Amino acid sequence: MKTEYSFSERFEFAGKAKTWSLIGIVIGVLGILYGFFLDHGELGVQRTFSNLLLMGYYFACICIGAIFFLAYQYAAQAGWSVALLRIPQAFARVLPIAAVILVVVIAAGLLTTHKVIEDGKEAVAPYLYAHWATHGLTTPGSENFDAIIAGKSALLSFWPFIGMIVVLLGLYAIIGWMLVKYSESEDTTGGMTNYNKSFSAAVLFLVIFGFTYPIFAFDGIMSLEAHWFSTMFGWYNLAALHVTALCGITLILVLLHQSGNFGWISENHVHSLCKLIFGFSIFWTYVWFAQFFLTWYANMPEETAYFYKRWEPEYKWWFWLNIVLNFVAPLLLLMSRDAKRYFTRVKFTCILLLIGHWLDYYLMIMPGTMTPRDTAFPFGVEEITIFIGFAGLFTFLVLNALSKFKSLAPAKHPFLEESLHHHI
Amino acid sequence: MSSTKMILGLFDDPDEMMHGIEKLQKNSVPIYDVYTPMPIHGIEDKLGIKESRLGYAAFCFGCLGGSVIFSIVYYTLVHDWPMNIGGKPHFAMPNFVPFTFEWTILWTAFGMVFTFFYATHLFPGRTPRVMDLRATDDRFVIAIDAKGNIPHDDITRILQEAGAVEVKHNDRKYVSYE
Repeated sequence: MKTEYSFSERFEFAGKAKTWSLIGIVIGVLGILYGFFLDHGELGVQRTFSNLLLMGYYFACICIGAIFFLAYQYAAQAGWSVALLRIPQAFARVLPIAAVILVVVIAAGLLTTHKVIEDGKEAVAPYLYAHWATHGLTTPGSENFDAIIAGKSALLSFWPFIGMIVVLLGLYAIIGWMLVKYSESEDTTGGMTNYNKSFSAAVLFLVIFGFTYPIFAFDGIMSLEAHWFSTMFGWYNLAALHVTALCGITLILVLLHQSGNFGWISENHVHSLCKLIFGFSIFWTYVWFAQFFLTWYANMPEETAYFYKRWEPEYKWWFWLNIVLNFVAPLLLLMSRDAKRYFTRVKFTCILLLIGHWLDYYLMIMPGTMTPRDTAFPFGVEEITIFIGFAGLFTFLVLNALSKFKSLAPAKHPFLEESLHHHI
Repeated sequence: MSSTKMILGLFDDPDEMMHGIEKLQKNSVPIYDVYTPMPIHGIEDKLGIKESRLGYAAFCFGCLGGSVIFSIVYYTLVHDWPMNIGGKPHFAMPNFVPFTFEWTILWTAFGMVFTFFYATHLFPGRTPRVMDLRATDDRFVIAIDAKGNIPHDDITRILQEAGAVEVKHNDRKYVSYE
């Protein structure tokens, strides 16, 4: 086994990866322009905003998930992952940009309004979060007044809402930035100081993240259908976030390894990552089912309305496909030991899960924003182009962040040797 | 014909033991087994041990557990004594998920433990089979079947050259019955 590596080589971001990610960004921009100005369907602008929210949220969540990964690796004093920590660190570096995009999309969606007719009454509704941000919902005496929404207005009104999202994303991004900074200064100074600081930052992150992430999910996605609520929703989104972040890390790691970087990574590291993907896909199913099961069992109208919408003909097949892609596929594809060590299989499963969780987010968002629907077929040009655009943006930003690191492994991390000899 | 049954090379350092395995393999001496006080990474590959089939046993037990409880609950709740619970259909699939899930896991776990005990002969009333008691403490032991092997002195010499602190010629395979 080769155990001597040169960690001074930097990652160079050029060639095909750069070209294709830029092409992806162009496609995404064209898709957004098409959606806003050329899609004259009834819901063109609505669809574009919904997709921007979907991808903005997905993008931010993948980066937060990578910081979560970094944090629990440090808090658990894990050794095996050290050799690949630069990848989640690159994700962490991208979070500030993802956060700005998400906040801009949410603010724009809340501030651009249009006239809608609901129950025969005319109202001025924003494109996103219309369920609580439509004018008059919380004004006593207005013909649109809704007592339930008015009761939630302490959290669900423009400034508290935007403020909460900005503060939470800010906190996550700052701790992510700290973890990256400590790791970089560790490379130059060595010693245990930076490791100890990383440990404290990681524990701090886990405490803050554990308590606040459900609020982030409630605000960002659950409040799209503000009458409905589920206490499982935060954990459900946490599971999705964790699986997608792990898939992103694994996919990029394997692709970079195969293109000649990360020479010290072996199938053992990928095996460990895949065990996490496998386990947390099962966990995702567990919370998904728990949320569904309680609603089904209690059978209360204000709760079942959520699933009723998702069982309308235009969503029903996608609803079940969601379980197939995110549960059955990883269960069968990653169960055996060999499957987790076989790079082709791993890449395929990661891509499948990244698409599967896009569908998962799609089913959380669209039935709440896209009513009434204009077509029986739920996908438009915007879905595909905006997905490609964000995938390109994500690849571009992450690989660019990765190329800024002076080395592709934290060369003076105290557990680096353990990681290089990782064997399972 | 000597009465020696097993030749044991006792090492006090795992690296020297790995070196000993290499030397024996270079001299084409078949190794019966290796006993160490703690797991040693990479030793399976070196000894060419086949991958464990415990996972297949786990899978089978999981399927069995799931099927058994599904059948029991189907028989009791749907076939034998249907009850009206909250107006739900008698054969309400979501209801069946939690215990099918739990029993799948329970039988997987128990099945794996019992399979492991069966395969390693560890069950109550059975004396554990140990070739050298210090292999559970601070000695790394390479065991070589003495029958039909090249001159025993050569094996002893190879082991000693590799750094064995002691080489035993045992007449009995296991010492733990004494």
